[in-house]
Amino acid sequence: MAEPESLYEQLRGRFGERLAEVRLERGEVTAEVRPAELTAVMAQLRDEQPWRFEQLVDIAGVDYAAYGGDEWITERATSSGFSRGVTEPGFGRLGLTGIYGVQPVSESTGRRFAAVYHLLSLSHNHRLRVRCFAEDDDMPVLPSVTGIWPAADWAEREAFDLYGIVFEGHPDLRRLLTDYGFVGHPFRKDFPLIGNVEPRYDPEKGRVVYGPVEIEPRVLVPRVIRDDNRYRAPGTPEEDQADG
Amino acid sequence: MAEFQSYTLNFGPQHPAAHGVLRLVLEMEGETVRRADPHVGLLHRATEKLAESKPYNQSIGYMDRLDYVSMMCNEHGYVLAIERLLGIEPPLRAQYIRVMMDEVTRILNHLLWLGGHGLDVGAMTAFLYTFREREDLMDVYEAVSGTRMHATYYRPGGVNRDLPERMPQYEPSPYRSDKELREMNRAREGSVLDFLEDFCERFPACVDEYETLLTENRIWKQRLVDVCPISAERAIALGFTGPMLRGSGVEWDLRKMQPYEVYDRLDFDIPVGTNGDSYDRYLVRVEEMRQSARIIRQCIDWLRENPGPVRLDDPKVTPPTREQMKDDMESLIHHFKLFTEGYCTPPGEVYAAVEAPKGEFAAYIISDGANKPYRLKVRPPCYYHLAGTDEMIRGYMLADVVTLIGSLDLVFGEVDR
Repeated sequence: MAEPESLYEQLRGRFGERLAEVRLERGEVTAEVRPAELTAVMAQLRDEQPWRFEQLVDIAGVDYAAYGGDEWITERATSSGFSRGVTEPGFGRLGLTGIYGVQPVSESTGRRFAAVYHLLSLSHNHRLRVRCFAEDDDMPVLPSVTGIWPAADWAEREAFDLYGIVFEGHPDLRRLLTDYGFVGHPFRKDFPLIGNVEPRYDPEKGRVVYGPVEIEPRVLVPRVIRDDNRYRAPGTPEEDQADG
Repeated sequence: MAEFQSYTLNFGPQHPAAHGVLRLVLEMEGETVRRADPHVGLLHRATEKLAESKPYNQSIGYMDRLDYVSMMCNEHGYVLAIERLLGIEPPLRAQYIRVMMDEVTRILNHLLWLGGHGLDVGAMTAFLYTFREREDLMDVYEAVSGTRMHATYYRPGGVNRDLPERMPQYEPSPYRSDKELREMNRAREGSVLDFLEDFCERFPACVDEYETLLTENRIWKQRLVDVCPISAERAIALGFTGPMLRGSGVEWDLRKMQPYEVYDRLDFDIPVGTNGDSYDRYLVRVEEMRQSARIIRQCIDWLRENPGPVRLDDPKVTPPTREQMKDDMESLIHHFKLFTEGYCTPPGEVYAAVEAPKGEFAAYIISDGANKPYRLKVRPPCYYHLAGTDEMIRGYMLADVVTLIGSLDLVFGEVDR
């Protein structure tokens, strides 16, 4: 397998400012591209000799709305003592604004929705991850790469279905995985894990109807973030943490 | 007579040849397919979202249920991603066990595929033969993990437990004589490794048996040769991996090209096709079964000679033994923390791919430092194969749809996730 270091150096040298960020972590190269540049950069990545990424392996939609959120204070003691349970709607319920949620995702950061493309070059045997953030959180739009790799067809349909990211230029952007007539984008962090509606048989109407979900969501294991010293690179100072 | 240009045909989701819950909307002109529109998602369980609500280890079992005929390979991709995130590497013996079980899984998967594909195309006997061997491998699964299918055997830092010393045996019953019982238990006298060795000994002859039934069979060839071919360039562009790509003549196998675990220490060949049609994909998969048996043999030899730990001795990630836990306060705390909270991974992202029987299976994990993944994306090989159906089927006949679906080796547990 080709050295990721050389790919990293070459990418930085060749694209320079056109890539918002290039990182090398755990032997994997990640590049961040602005939406306006996406199709041009991707076409170059496929066709130009040093890259030759012939295959689009996968596209993952990501919703960063709850990134870094946890449910337990882990950094300091409290005067009232810890509670074992998680009673309030929070990140652990994965429903920030659903019918059980109260925390709306309000501020538009332009860093909420992203599509992550995994590229593979069979001729050079290297991989690259490209991340592209949609600029508008309320209406995330990204250019489609179906013209570059036909494999993007279903991958983009999936990201549209689950995250509501609209891919401009996609020939047939329909829902794929969810039910016919489904409302909402279920993998968004403000969509509750248990869903909003459930089907049941209505004996009076003699058919299956949809009603609100009746089950109570529970958190069995709270989501915690521990700033574990084992993972701190040697030499870096401990950061000041306001709270957990 | 009514005049019509084309009509629409619903294929599935209840059709036996649809391999589960595929709904294929076919636009037909006479008996020729003009366009195919697969409707998937009837088995969508939001596995990836469920994984976001659970500690890392609790989702291993969900991976089995993605591609439910190549269970351990799915676990492998997921566990490998966690290990890379944590920066740990399992002991060598665990790596050999994983490779061996991966290859057992590959044979399991290809046997089911071969039997099912034969059944679809009209060859009943192969199905009966392949399930005979499949049963033996299911017993191996049961012996090492306790279950026949959903093993949850791989863990970050190794595997759940070492290979058992005894292979379970058939019990006496009024319905079989002592002689029959002895014959059935003949290979089960020793350990799991002895049983697998015996299996590898007789398996090539079994593959020959399947081949005498199919490879030169005139009906089989009429149904498969030159049906739904795909060129190497298109296969790459459409995101095809695994036997679907190798059938078109591209020598690409992650076990060779980007070796993980101990594949770089093992000797095996990568079969490739030439025409990229359904028949070549059949030949590739049959040869892969022989190669898998070869890999298993090498793993058995190594595992016999090298006893040792199968789990990393890192109490933050792997649980202590029962004895340690009863004996030692520190271990008790570790055990409690591990099973109530799990472990936190360092923030970052990682993409780990394995060569599953169907193609490249990968897990992409984004971590924000919590004890649960922030985002888990599973890369299922079949999803992209099915997406290419429309291009491959155009211009072929209705009967070829069945051949193509069989040849894609679809499992909807992983297409729909």
